[in-house]
Amino acid sequence: MSNNKLLEIKEISIQFGGLKAVDRFSMDLESGELAGLIGPNGAGKTTVFNLLTGVYSPQTGSIDLEGQPIHRKKTFEISRLGIARTFQNIRLFKDLSVLDNILLGQHHRTQYGIWQVVLQTPGFQREEAQKKEEALELLKIFNLEKKQSAPAGALPYGEQRKLEILRALATKPKLLLLDEPAAGMNHSETTGLMEIISMIRERFNLTILLIEHDMKFVMKICEKIHVLDHGVKIAEGIPSYIQNHAEVIKAYLGTDEELH
Amino acid sequence: MMKSAPLISFVILALMGLMLDQFLNPYLQRTMALVLVNIILAMSLNLVNGYTGQFSLGHAGFMAIGAYTSAYLSTHWVAPAAIVPHLLFFIFYSLVSGCFAAIAGWLVGQPSLRLKGDYLAIVTLGFGEIIRVIILNSSALGGARGYFGIPGPSPISFGGLALNAFYSFYLVAILWVLTCFFVIYRTISSTHGRAFMSIREDEIAADSLGIHTTRVKVKSFVLSSFFAGVAGSLFSHCMNFIAPSTFSMLMSINVVIMVVLGGMGSMTGPILAAVIISVLPEALRPLQELTGQDYRMVIYSLILIVLMLVRPQGLLGHKEIWNFWRKTRVE
Repeated sequence: MSNNKLLEIKEISIQFGGLKAVDRFSMDLESGELAGLIGPNGAGKTTVFNLLTGVYSPQTGSIDLEGQPIHRKKTFEISRLGIARTFQNIRLFKDLSVLDNILLGQHHRTQYGIWQVVLQTPGFQREEAQKKEEALELLKIFNLEKKQSAPAGALPYGEQRKLEILRALATKPKLLLLDEPAAGMNHSETTGLMEIISMIRERFNLTILLIEHDMKFVMKICEKIHVLDHGVKIAEGIPSYIQNHAEVIKAYLGTDEELH
Repeated sequence: MMKSAPLISFVILALMGLMLDQFLNPYLQRTMALVLVNIILAMSLNLVNGYTGQFSLGHAGFMAIGAYTSAYLSTHWVAPAAIVPHLLFFIFYSLVSGCFAAIAGWLVGQPSLRLKGDYLAIVTLGFGEIIRVIILNSSALGGARGYFGIPGPSPISFGGLALNAFYSFYLVAILWVLTCFFVIYRTISSTHGRAFMSIREDEIAADSLGIHTTRVKVKSFVLSSFFAGVAGSLFSHCMNFIAPSTFSMLMSINVVIMVVLGGMGSMTGPILAAVIISVLPEALRPLQELTGQDYRMVIYSLILIVLMLVRPQGLLGHKEIWNFWRKTRVE
């Protein structure tokens, strides 16, 4: 099993001004694993995602994807190596159509050049048609194919979240980072989302790391949970272990002393 | 879109040109020529400002590079008309001018497109001024006096029909207008154009999808400056005289007005606005004769202010002219 390591984070830190947003954080992800990253507000969870995707580069430590260091790479390079993400506050291309959003996920795998487009060569038309077909296949997962030409910004909130996941999948990632996928969803939508996450994980052979505040959701779906507080990892383990971990409870609820 | 659409529209416009050539007076023909040049400028700037969402204020600079390249080429390297058709030479001049402007676009774009918003606007503005000052101080290009005696295409005859020089220019101009239109129109409905728009919509998200945002921006910028250079070349052959003062900041701002007024991110909007903005000052000329005073610019500015208040998204917004037709037909 230990040879199956997809991602290896070693002691990464980043400091903004005087604030240590992430402090010597380490984490391993096995290939095919579904892990959760939890912690109170401002614990540095999204910062970890930003470090993983190259939005920030860590000031110390290293990140290896399949044994290859990625912590000095740029965001688009990391994406091409197989890490895709969604955002806490949805970042769709709102004025573009639902289909175009997905097609943009396939952009870097598209071969044809501008000349082929200008001359409308058969090669361009073939590839464009094929990419559209692939995109429609993806849209079918969430039954969004009927809305393919609507602007993404016009979709209801829940569907926007789903579309963002699909757009990330269109990049053909190995590792999918979901930043609060269930935020703003009601109970039945959340249940549906759980099924969908399990399903796409099977179907696309994915490793998934997710940030979520909905504890029921996290405890039910994740195989392993990492807990962050003030940028420091305070616990790691299976859900039942985390649920009874004294320090985790302290981080979430505070201690008696702090109340006085 | 039909593959032969460019050819068909060229034939239609060329036939229309025959009428313009015979029935328009030279003054209106010159206005028409400027309209065509402005259409290319507006369409090309729209690629950067409208589709890619990067605010460039240096379009006059690229236009100047094109104009002076073409002026220099056509006066120093005259076509042996007997061997090669005269018109082809003018197409060649504008092609070379476009390439020079594109190279300049690449050089300026590489460092400056890492900047965002206001910063990019200032850098491109600075670039435009640098080009103007360089030309102002180089005697080979006429300096402040300007560049005289730039030839225009000579008249051609068509069977028994003797045509004016205007028609020759018109043919070259609509060739480029259509090239510019179809290149941009086709590009924006491909993955390359979608990448342009993704940067306008959300650059961070685009980055996270593996889109090399800087390279995409440079691509859009280079394509845009190529057509600005072509427009500059056409401008120099139409006016027969160019001076550095023509390519001042005002010219850049004028093109920005066309794009904003027409609707950023619409293909036909900036074309419509380019026509309006080129024709409006001329159309208001009779008023000057009537009142004895030049109120043109006052009225022109007022019209702009009112239009922007009534339609802040531009005349067409994100839509195309045919979207409006279809809607009215259905209703």
